[in-house]
Amino acid sequence: MIQEWRGNYLAEKIELKVKNSIDKFDEKNVWINSEKLYEVCKLLKNDPLFEFDLLNSLTSVDYIDHFEIVYHFTSISYRSSCIIKCKVGYGRNNPKVDSVVDLWRGADYQEREIWDLMGVKFIGHPNLKRIMLWDGFPGHPLRKDFVTYDQSIVNSKGDD
Amino acid sequence: MSIETRPVTVNLGPQHPSTHGVFRMRVTFDGEEIVDVEPVFGYLHRGSEKLAEERTYSQIVTLTDRMDYVSSMLNNQAYILAVEKLCNIVPSPRGVWLRMIASELQRIASHFVATGFLLQDLGALGTPLIYCMRERENILDLFEMLCGARITNSYLRPGGVFMDAPEVFWPALDRSLGDIEKSIDEIEEYLSGNEIIFSRTKGTAVLSSESLVNASITGPMLRASGVDWDLRHRNPYDYYSDITFKRILHTASDNYARYWVRVQEMRESLKIISQCIKNIEPGPVRPSFDDVPRLVRPEPGDSYAAIEGSKGELGFYLVSDGGISPYRMHVRAPSLINLTLLREMLVGELFGDLFVIFGSVDLNMGEVDR
Repeated sequence: MIQEWRGNYLAEKIELKVKNSIDKFDEKNVWINSEKLYEVCKLLKNDPLFEFDLLNSLTSVDYIDHFEIVYHFTSISYRSSCIIKCKVGYGRNNPKVDSVVDLWRGADYQEREIWDLMGVKFIGHPNLKRIMLWDGFPGHPLRKDFVTYDQSIVNSKGDD
Repeated sequence: MSIETRPVTVNLGPQHPSTHGVFRMRVTFDGEEIVDVEPVFGYLHRGSEKLAEERTYSQIVTLTDRMDYVSSMLNNQAYILAVEKLCNIVPSPRGVWLRMIASELQRIASHFVATGFLLQDLGALGTPLIYCMRERENILDLFEMLCGARITNSYLRPGGVFMDAPEVFWPALDRSLGDIEKSIDEIEEYLSGNEIIFSRTKGTAVLSSESLVNASITGPMLRASGVDWDLRHRNPYDYYSDITFKRILHTASDNYARYWVRVQEMRESLKIISQCIKNIEPGPVRPSFDDVPRLVRPEPGDSYAAIEGSKGELGFYLVSDGGISPYRMHVRAPSLINLTLLREMLVGELFGDLFVIFGSVDLNMGEVDR
């Protein structure tokens, strides 16, 4: 059975090693300050207490006033897992966050996918290009304010 | 006299028949040797995650069928587990056993497709693929009895499955289990010790287990490198904790190891199915509509559920805002993430091995692009 780290316990342990890194926490999740994210990820990967060597999933959610990046980690040696989140891009202008590709190669395509579909920039990603859509596609479709082609026709007034 | 040579960049795909769908690679060759690879995705992108935001939780089951279209039942299962986790639904036991049988059958079918196409890529044109497809056909017939559909099943619902298996299903399942066992023996007899397959697949595209874990690669590819990581055993979902099965491991981490792990896993799946048949008892296949309505409205929150899919960890991340459709759905697609090390696997190998290595990853473009 994979043990899930309790949010408050994890937050306490992270705060001990990286000061001022915790934004908030609840029973399940920990929110990390975006400027400390890379440092915390490095700790989670290399510290003998955590050893999260497998990045299960990396995704993002658009909450209108900000974006949330969600990381699911698993430690194969300890059989434990944790969820950390990070709020970025308040005011929707130019959301960006540090890339973790040099810690986990598995973040490569997932970060590109987030950039492509959600428009969150990953600083330090070696090849941040669109992955699903073509270059020059207008906008980022998974954003809540993206107007699809069908909606644009419905919204248009027409000529008459 | 010396002749000047320079690397040539060739565009492979998206229409090439060996790319298992519509996948494109820009490959640079120096003579016959591969020096650089750049994969290009997106030719089958349908925006399933965006579409899911406008559909109810039960309707999304049909979208998951079309992601990895050779393992629809497994996609259904992963999605339904995420919904059940989000809504705190307790599934009906008979429904759970039925969906475990369905998903293990689907795993066998998916591994048959992987094995058949790997051999097709190796140059064994036709015969092994047809043998593998014949067995898959058997399994699709069983699915037709279960839910009326062969490929896009949409069999699962929150809390179980939508209808009970008909009477004719059980004898047919028994018969098929014997047939499949025989044909796995056949494959093993002809292929697992085949000299040509040894010489083509052993020692090609070797990856270390550390780099595989670091690149989030899971499933048969990871187990072929000796890492004992199977979510059915490590984090048992449904009733897998009541089931005993052997975890198949290999240490070579080359193309042959990946092929071998898949073939042996089919046998283990057969064992799991026969244990499920022993354990299944009569009862409702899903909770009543009073307990789980047709239109579920989860509390605001999020959930991530992952299963051991045929290609690796298949996870669904759902965010609910309390409405009838998810606020956000994300699919952790093993096919896409297993391609992370494609460049490392291919660089330095010969052109003739390109599609063999590509086939050994076992990817499905419907899931890569979603």
